[in-house]
Amino acid sequence: MKSFTVSKAVTALMLAGLVLLPLYSQLTGNIFIMTLFTRIIILALAAASLNLIMGFGGMMSFGHAAYLGIGGYAVGMLAQEGVGSGWIQFPVALAASAIYALVIGALSLRTRGVYFIMITLAFAQMAYYVASGLARYGGDDGLTVYKRSDFSGLINLGNRTQFYYLCLACLFGVMVLIWRIVNSRFGLVVQGLRSNEQRMQAIGFPAKRYQLVCFVISGTMCGLAGALLANNTDFVSPAVMYWTRSGDLMVMVILGGMGTLVGPVMGAVVFLLLEEFLSQITEYWALIMGPLLLLIVLFGRGGIMGMLGRFDRG
Amino acid sequence: MLLVVEQFLNGLQFGLLLFLLAAGLTLVFGIMDLVNLAHGSLYMMGAYFAATFVAWTGNFLLGAALALGATLLLGIVLEVSALRHLYGRDHLDHVLATFGLILFFNEAVRLIWGPAGLALPLPAWLTVPVPILPGIHYPAYRLAIIVVALLVALLLYLGVMRTRIGMLIRAGASNREMIGALGINIKLLYTLVFGLGAALAGLAGLMQAPILTVQIGMGENILILAFVIIVIGGIGSIRGAFLAAIFVGMIDTLGRAFLPNLLRQVLSGAAASTAAPALSSMLIYLLMAIVLVVRPEGLFPANRR
Repeated sequence: MKSFTVSKAVTALMLAGLVLLPLYSQLTGNIFIMTLFTRIIILALAAASLNLIMGFGGMMSFGHAAYLGIGGYAVGMLAQEGVGSGWIQFPVALAASAIYALVIGALSLRTRGVYFIMITLAFAQMAYYVASGLARYGGDDGLTVYKRSDFSGLINLGNRTQFYYLCLACLFGVMVLIWRIVNSRFGLVVQGLRSNEQRMQAIGFPAKRYQLVCFVISGTMCGLAGALLANNTDFVSPAVMYWTRSGDLMVMVILGGMGTLVGPVMGAVVFLLLEEFLSQITEYWALIMGPLLLLIVLFGRGGIMGMLGRFDRG
Repeated sequence: MLLVVEQFLNGLQFGLLLFLLAAGLTLVFGIMDLVNLAHGSLYMMGAYFAATFVAWTGNFLLGAALALGATLLLGIVLEVSALRHLYGRDHLDHVLATFGLILFFNEAVRLIWGPAGLALPLPAWLTVPVPILPGIHYPAYRLAIIVVALLVALLLYLGVMRTRIGMLIRAGASNREMIGALGINIKLLYTLVFGLGAALAGLAGLMQAPILTVQIGMGENILILAFVIIVIGGIGSIRGAFLAAIFVGMIDTLGRAFLPNLLRQVLSGAAASTAAPALSSMLIYLLMAIVLVVRPEGLFPANRR
């Protein structure tokens, strides 16, 4: 194994860039880039959590945006009811996501393949409709979060830089956690199940139980992203759970490189920057984005990380 | 009584419409092993084509026929230009590629027809209420949808079960390589099947268009319902899709119509009016969950044929 590779260099460059971004923003006075990248980091966190089940676990969830909504609504609804403390809001957001993941996972994991894709999609859409029906919490129009989560003076989420670093810390924390999970005995079993479920079962591993735990961990991580997202936009609406958002997350994972640690983060950065860039050129940016996706699927095997890896091998 | 009959027919009509969509989806999946998310886009295109052609020609039936042809053509072009290259790839690739197509279609529609929805007005002879039972009238157009959809379902059944092409389609579904080895032009067959699925989706879209507005993204919600139907009915099974579609259409329509009143009998007024819309939209997903628990492979799996 070479000590210097292009993929390592690009990864280090990207991570350093993310850490140093507030400095750049301070120097140039470009506030917009901070707002944009806070969003990118939060969605990168969501994509990383999806990658845990999709890339490592082989479970193609098409309903991951549901957790963004559940985490967000947990924050928004508690804030609406007068509970402003982040010490309560965030644990509730995580717990709600975990419970939802447990129920949905237990049902969806009874099936596999395309069925699994369709079912996770359908359940996420159910969550979307339920949120639309919550008249008390804004229904279709969504819910404004008037006050960001309060962490009793420890960190001020209203401060742009502090919030940025909080999100970045969460992203790095989740990535470390995923790294540890993937290389643990548990993670190896889950990856074994991705490769050959029958064989793993024959060795004596309770396949569904392992997959379900992995599914719940992933959902809980994404719930964290949802809670952060609601704080970032000061707003939560059913639209965050809309199925195109789940699709976006999937695209980020594939684009960056499924089953790699930094791939989803890279995918999120590239995807959202591309979206931003194209939407500045033309109002009809999706007209380019759509066929681009098609081309990436047809020709870009392994995503960005795969391409960089091929570069390394010469 | 009047309301019950009316809602019952509405449920039947919605279910049949869902069947047209689900049949195409399940055919394409069963035979080409292709997950086509863009199926909902074809439904949308059918509606937009119909609105345009009817406005052009000034004749509802002629416009609808032209729209049907246009969707068929679009489906064939789509298959030859893009989707053909996806056969044999991972399902995840299908999902992503067709997801890209949805973005493309939505944006293309926005570019061509503008962001505002279109209306497809009905001719006068389709708007009259028809007496179906003594004292009960039902809109002629909705009745027409039921009749047309039932006819199409029958034709589809006869076509798949009784004709040579149908035999090839069934053979293709059970063993792709074999039928290719026997000298059947499998490429042409696939294109044909995809075109048929597209036309069915277009038909559903153009028939639904006068009832709802023609708008961007109209195909997406109904596509997810079609997925639910396929999961309930069993992938690849047209008969399963038919029964599940009627079932889902009924439950959805009747749930929305009667659940609020039922809840009001149990809960207090305020609680009921909060819970009812959320619960009635959850109903079919709960149904799907139950089916999954009892029979994960669907109620009528295709391989029992």
